[in-house]
Amino acid sequence: MNQQTSFERKGTRVGKVRGLGSAHHGSHHWLLQRFTAAGNLLTVLYLVFSILLLPDLSYENAFRWLSQPAGALPLALLIVSVFWHARLGLQVLIEDYVHAQGTRFATMLVLNLVTFAAAGFGLLCLVFIVAKGLALTSAQGAMAAAMQAMQGGMQGGGM
Amino acid sequence: MAERPLSPHLSIWRWGPAMLVSILHRISGDGMALVALPVLLWWLSALASGPDAYETFTAIATSWYGYIVLVGISWAFFNHLCSGIRHFVLDMGAGYEVDGNNRWSVATVVGGVVLTAAFWAVLVLR
Repeated sequence: MNQQTSFERKGTRVGKVRGLGSAHHGSHHWLLQRFTAAGNLLTVLYLVFSILLLPDLSYENAFRWLSQPAGALPLALLIVSVFWHARLGLQVLIEDYVHAQGTRFATMLVLNLVTFAAAGFGLLCLVFIVAKGLALTSAQGAMAAAMQAMQGGMQGGGM
Repeated sequence: MAERPLSPHLSIWRWGPAMLVSILHRISGDGMALVALPVLLWWLSALASGPDAYETFTAIATSWYGYIVLVGISWAFFNHLCSGIRHFVLDMGAGYEVDGNNRWSVATVVGGVVLTAAFWAVLVLR
């Protein structure tokens, strides 16, 4: 393979290593990958068992499940943990197979932007679902109150 | 930096259980990142949009090619789960003895397939 993987570093001893990663942070990526893996284990298993325990994934069932904070929160945590973990994994893939420095930097930049955008989009969807559920609940509550008031009024008027 | 192999060079490795698990771990993990996460976002955004968008998603997800993708995603998850747990064991410094390593490597691959089959069996038969 004649492809130049990196430029020859010249200069002082410090200059040769500068920019290659700071000291004492070598395990940072590795540890985060494990922490988010544990998060994935918990949250995705929650998703798996929810899918298995729901009668089916019809719109009504899925909406009733995820419009409640108790269902939306685990899924929000899933999105954070899984997208973080996916970003770390794709980073390793890029580091292994994209050798040219400029291309690698650009790919990593795109990876970060896309990950943040996608995770933000997923969280926003959950906010929408919960907000819609709250609006429906309060609308139903108002409807019930109105019906009650009407009935009360009719009874009152009849007497 | 020297011109030495920095990446997995698939062509010069001898095939073995540990190598198979490693490759499957990467394929299933990066496969989920590139396929399962967009599907997850599509499902969530369809649910956020309303019944019509959800109907569109369901129609495609329950078509024959939709099921192929979904079964693939579920296999990727269970396979990655099993080989990920193997990684946790290896991280603790255990499981490097050759025979045991080979046995557990095969077990994670089999475990991923068995869990996928069990998941769909429950879904279909319930």
